[in-house]
Amino acid sequence: MTKEPIKILLVDDEVQFVDTLKDRLYLRGFEAAVAYSGEEGLQKVKKNPPDVIVLDLRMPGIDGFEVLRAVKKTNPDVQVIILTGHGGDAEEASAFRMGAYSFLRKPMDIDDLLGCIRLAYRDRVEKPYVAAAMAEGGDFDTAREVMREKDLLKDA
Amino acid sequence: MLDALVNGFKRLWEVSDDVSPQRYRALGRLLSSLMIVVSVAPLLVLSWINYNQYQASMAREIEVPLRDVVQRTRTALEVLLGERLSTVSLISEAYSFDKLASDGDLAKIFHAMRGEFDGFVDLGLINEEGRQVAYVGPYELKNVDYSDQTWWREVQVHRKVVSDILSGARGTPHLVLAVGHLGEGGRSWVLKATIETRQLDRLLATVGQSGETDIFLVNREGILQTASANFGALFKKCPLELPQASWNITAGRVSAPNGARFAAAYASVPDTNLMLVAVKPEAEFMRPLSALQTDILLVLATGVVLIFVMTVVPMKLLMKRLQASDERRVAVFAQMEHTQKLSSIGRLAAGVAHEVNNPLAIINEKSGLAMDYLNAAGDFPRKERIVALIGSIGQAVDRARGITHRLLGFSRRMEANMQQMQLAEVIEETMSFVERDAQRRGVELAASLDRGLPEVTSDRGQLQQVFLNLVGNAVQATAEGGRVEVTLKGLDGDFAEVSVADTGCGMSREVVSHIFEPFYTTKKENGHGLGLFITYGIVRRLGGEIAVESEEGKGTTFRVAIPYVKPEKQA
Repeated sequence: MTKEPIKILLVDDEVQFVDTLKDRLYLRGFEAAVAYSGEEGLQKVKKNPPDVIVLDLRMPGIDGFEVLRAVKKTNPDVQVIILTGHGGDAEEASAFRMGAYSFLRKPMDIDDLLGCIRLAYRDRVEKPYVAAAMAEGGDFDTAREVMREKDLLKDA
Repeated sequence: MLDALVNGFKRLWEVSDDVSPQRYRALGRLLSSLMIVVSVAPLLVLSWINYNQYQASMAREIEVPLRDVVQRTRTALEVLLGERLSTVSLISEAYSFDKLASDGDLAKIFHAMRGEFDGFVDLGLINEEGRQVAYVGPYELKNVDYSDQTWWREVQVHRKVVSDILSGARGTPHLVLAVGHLGEGGRSWVLKATIETRQLDRLLATVGQSGETDIFLVNREGILQTASANFGALFKKCPLELPQASWNITAGRVSAPNGARFAAAYASVPDTNLMLVAVKPEAEFMRPLSALQTDILLVLATGVVLIFVMTVVPMKLLMKRLQASDERRVAVFAQMEHTQKLSSIGRLAAGVAHEVNNPLAIINEKSGLAMDYLNAAGDFPRKERIVALIGSIGQAVDRARGITHRLLGFSRRMEANMQQMQLAEVIEETMSFVERDAQRRGVELAASLDRGLPEVTSDRGQLQQVFLNLVGNAVQATAEGGRVEVTLKGLDGDFAEVSVADTGCGMSREVVSHIFEPFYTTKKENGHGLGLFITYGIVRRLGGEIAVESEEGKGTTFRVAIPYVKPEKQA
């Protein structure tokens, strides 16, 4: 089983769900840290910033939106995937405005989640390389655009 | 009757949501009858008063001339009798018994008397035994005994007497004037003259008779003393019940035994037993009254008919309007209630779906992990069976997820993707998706689209889903040979209307009232009962309205009103 280099943080108050998900990711070669609350999640981000966070929205105490806002402030490069059972249209829209990478609904297919995590990681890691390659090749416009997409997410 | 009215009044104050035609008919009837009673009653009272007043004044008008006639006639009668009685009295004073008892002298006196006054027939002297001792006249009455006569007895008391009309010994009606005299030496005698009734008849005829007035004399016993036009000849019994007359003239109504009614005036004639009576048949003077009665009845009838018509017709109109407006109100309330009900059902369903998602996710992950372990593990007994079991858990989760996600509208894009489009094009495109299905089922799919409408700014994909649901349902509900017609037209205001009409089986009222609720389905085998719920949600979100009309066995029509531009407030 190949080890994936992606660092994942799962933030969800549903212990049964999040533990099982962690195990399943592990079986697929992903190392994931788990936080059972918004506070714990923020501490873990501070201590050891992950590449991708899979975040529930409705949690007691600090909820998913607050975590998302805080993370995007301190670690704009961290990709956040929302995974929730409660998301309606409005929640999805505001999550995207606040810089979420994707919005998934419980119950989800494990492969969908993995695909999403991989894409998010690739965007985070690869975009600067892509931009750099473009710039080297003299295509500054495209390079700037690629970077701006990233910035746009950050600013939003 | 009164109870019904009172109950009706009580019902007037009750505000009921009942819009049944009977209720309005009853209300209309009640109000109409009240108005008619209130208008007709014064009319009736007025007519009655008018009639009675007229009758009273009519009676007065008839009584006055009757009294007048009686007055005049009585005066004339008094003069006639008084003069003659005085003459007889004077003679009795002027001459002695012996002088009068001599036939020659009596004849001389009689001739002188006849020279002065008409009507004297004879003159006689009667001694105290009642025997006529001297007589001048056309009859042979000397030595007749009068002691059994009424007037003879009366003259002993009253001295001067005018008798009733008599036929007496001679057979012709006449009147006796008798004057008693207490002579010298205690001898008393009576001087008696008779006058013909012709005198009286002539007097009554000249003074009294005028027009239809009938004037006659009766004595105390009610025997006619002169002929009456109405009641017969002399000496007949007068059929009128007349109270005892006095000197004062009495006027009033009397009725004959045969039912004929008369206006009458009557009074006694002084110094006699006679009563003077003037009557006029009621029929005579009541003729104008009956004409008036006819007029009043005519006016009354016309008035009542007019009141009736002018009350009932406008009342019917009013009730019709009232009913229509009440029905509209009830319909609006029902619509509001329906909308509210749907929205709370929608919220409830969404809440449940949200809550179910979390446990569903746990089941999904647990079974997924179990499957992962199974896949990693080697063969062991019944492994395949367990794999199948867990697989079906996954399938069930997928099914449940399908439901909750559809319920929450997750299969659609989140933000409405607003763009400008021609509705006609969108509809045509959508219809092309169902065309094949319609052909297979033998259902004619027709479109009547107004292409001149302004462009609509809305979400194309979502609109397409709405049309697809409606047209798809319509095709499925229609039997072979049926027809589904999609119509696009502009409405007044800022809306375009798309209607989907089918000639299918239709729905009952009960079904229609639940049609937009989630999980309500009439398709037994396939269908999750969310199609129209979602359709309803989309239309509302896009600022539109959706309505349905259906008749069992005839078909169903869905109407969707879509705003050209979605109003701001409806997010």
